[in-house]
Amino acid sequence: MRSLFRMLGRALGFAAIVVAGAAQAQGPIEVPFYFPIAVGGPVPKIIDGYATAFEKENPGIQLKPIYTGSYQESIAKALTAVKSGDPPVTSILLSTDMYTLIDEGAIVPFDDLVKTADDHAWLKSFYPAFMENSQTGGKTWGIPFQRSTVVLYYNKEAFKEAGLDPNRPPATWAEMTANAEKLTRRDASGKVTQWGVQIPSSGFPYWLFQGLAIENGANLMNAAGTEVYYDKPEVVGALQYWVDLVNKYKVHPPGIVEWGTTPKDFFERKVAMMWTTTGNLTNVRANAKFDFGVAMLPAMKQRGSPTGGGNFYIFKKSTPAQREAAFKFIKWVTQPERAAQWGIDTGYVAVRADAWDTPEMKKYVAGFPAAAVARDQLPYAKAELSTHDNQRVTKVLNDALQAALTGSKTPAQALKDAQREADRLLRSYK
Amino acid sequence: MTRTREWVHAWLLLLPAMSLLVLFTHYPTVANLWHSLHSTPRANHPSVWVGLDNYRNLIEDPIFWQALTNNLWYAVGTIPLSIALALLMAIWVNDRIPGRGILRLAYFTPTILPMIAVANIWLFFYTPEYGLLEQVLAWFGSAGHNWLGTRSTALPALMVVAIWKEAGFFMIFYLAALQSMSPQLAEAAAIEGASRAYFFRRVTFPLLMPTTLFVLVNAVINAFRMVDHIVVMTRGGPDNATELLLYYIYEIGFRFWDSSYAAALTMVLLAILGIFALLQFSFLERRTHYQ
Repeated sequence: MRSLFRMLGRALGFAAIVVAGAAQAQGPIEVPFYFPIAVGGPVPKIIDGYATAFEKENPGIQLKPIYTGSYQESIAKALTAVKSGDPPVTSILLSTDMYTLIDEGAIVPFDDLVKTADDHAWLKSFYPAFMENSQTGGKTWGIPFQRSTVVLYYNKEAFKEAGLDPNRPPATWAEMTANAEKLTRRDASGKVTQWGVQIPSSGFPYWLFQGLAIENGANLMNAAGTEVYYDKPEVVGALQYWVDLVNKYKVHPPGIVEWGTTPKDFFERKVAMMWTTTGNLTNVRANAKFDFGVAMLPAMKQRGSPTGGGNFYIFKKSTPAQREAAFKFIKWVTQPERAAQWGIDTGYVAVRADAWDTPEMKKYVAGFPAAAVARDQLPYAKAELSTHDNQRVTKVLNDALQAALTGSKTPAQALKDAQREADRLLRSYK
Repeated sequence: MTRTREWVHAWLLLLPAMSLLVLFTHYPTVANLWHSLHSTPRANHPSVWVGLDNYRNLIEDPIFWQALTNNLWYAVGTIPLSIALALLMAIWVNDRIPGRGILRLAYFTPTILPMIAVANIWLFFYTPEYGLLEQVLAWFGSAGHNWLGTRSTALPALMVVAIWKEAGFFMIFYLAALQSMSPQLAEAAAIEGASRAYFFRRVTFPLLMPTTLFVLVNAVINAFRMVDHIVVMTRGGPDNATELLLYYIYEIGFRFWDSSYAAALTMVLLAILGIFALLQFSFLERRTHYQ
């Protein structure tokens, strides 16, 4: 394993020498910048456009955007580069990778770079819900950029056919269950032709499940990332509700529901309500051949959704000049007008309140009110599940959720087992 | 003198291949073994010698055992079927039938397609409700089934993809072997009045043994090596039902960043493949007739 890193390191190191040599000859500060793509749309073109515009305004800086695949591939590439001694200067990675990056000693906090009053005001401008996953131990490690939350999409035509008011999406669990029962349609042989609701459970079921848990009154972890609460009664109750949708009310498809095909299920009218990311908004708008609505997730004890998506990080192994340059770019790209345009182009939630007051955004929301639902949900949103040894602690929960949804364990048993395993993994971080 | 020169020549000729092997196979293997005996270095904890601790963890790791069991079932399920299918297809397209070229191409197509693309296509085949498989089954009045989302069917569903992908590739080797077989054998057998089945059992199949051995070695390696479709289709889920050894190594190494534990797992995988290779070469070699 390490030998692989070392080999990659040599290759990368050699490339770095060539690149660094070129940089010294020309003079400008080089800022390699990794970015992943997780939604549809011409993301590389937009990012390249930012780089060109930024370089024009700041001639001393040469920004080098490098596309690194999915989030998963990007963190793998970034950490491999760290281990081989040649990381990028800045990168967009999942906000939940924060603890991993800190534990690997890969990144520096932004606090040393935030100096002027303007900088402090800028740092305060982001929605607090997004900052929860960006700060720990009194320091800011990430800057929100491409962030999202979970929302409920529903088919207004199906609502009408079922005798429901298409302008009144479910606001509580009870309403969602009742609506889903009316929306689930079976043919003569009893086969379901349209499901009421579906919550995807492949890959990263913890994210959608976290919405249920928060709504039922409990988040899954503490702010320090050293404890999880998988077996709290509220959390068990949340999973019981999900399992009940399948087994008791029979309004949710059985087994594991694939994340990737869920929007397609919705377009094909195989399901009338789906839970998925706001990042799918542009996709749904382009592909749904019926009138659809977007709503906040329904409440049990309260409204709630986890946040999601990517933050900017600055890597430790960089010169002070490179860090300053990266910081300058991050500030530049999160200005209200740019944050607004980025949200309009991609479907991500614009990360600061004043972005929603810009003329472009106001015009966009006026023509497409669904775009504002994610923003309105933000006051109820909580940090996405993230702890030390994050991927492992999260996998434990994913396995438990899938075990309960496929019926191999009861919700209480699955979550009890998960809690024990997570406690074991987190022991050394307390 | 000439002996020494020959000796030097031999080594010089071996040197390029040898140095590549040492650099990219032997050295990494030894280094990997070394790392598996150390702890994973973290920012504040440098790597220390831990002896067999990683291997002890491995014995206590239920997911490792599940991955291993899954992988054995996966091997048992895919290897004999894909080889049998390959042989059948090869014999069929070896005959003079109309449209033979197109048929051969059709059988070989799965092999040329990239696995990631293939997996995405199969993902939609298996989609509940409106996937291709569901639509076909609906004609027979079968109720919907969530193939990839149910613990009992997820692994078999992935095995089908692997068989579909592999059979065409192995067919090419059988086809090549069949074409190099002398037609006189068939003619002689026909004169003697041997049935087609008898001829296959006593002549064709034994003569194909070298090919079968080669294909078998490849099939075993592939059963442990092919995990691309898992990344796309199930990511090891539901609840580790499709977790295979190599995918688990990837997860441990590149998602959990526990490189020492991943090194220990890699040693296990190497040992398994080594044992299989030894068995195949020592037992089957004896039963193989080279022409």
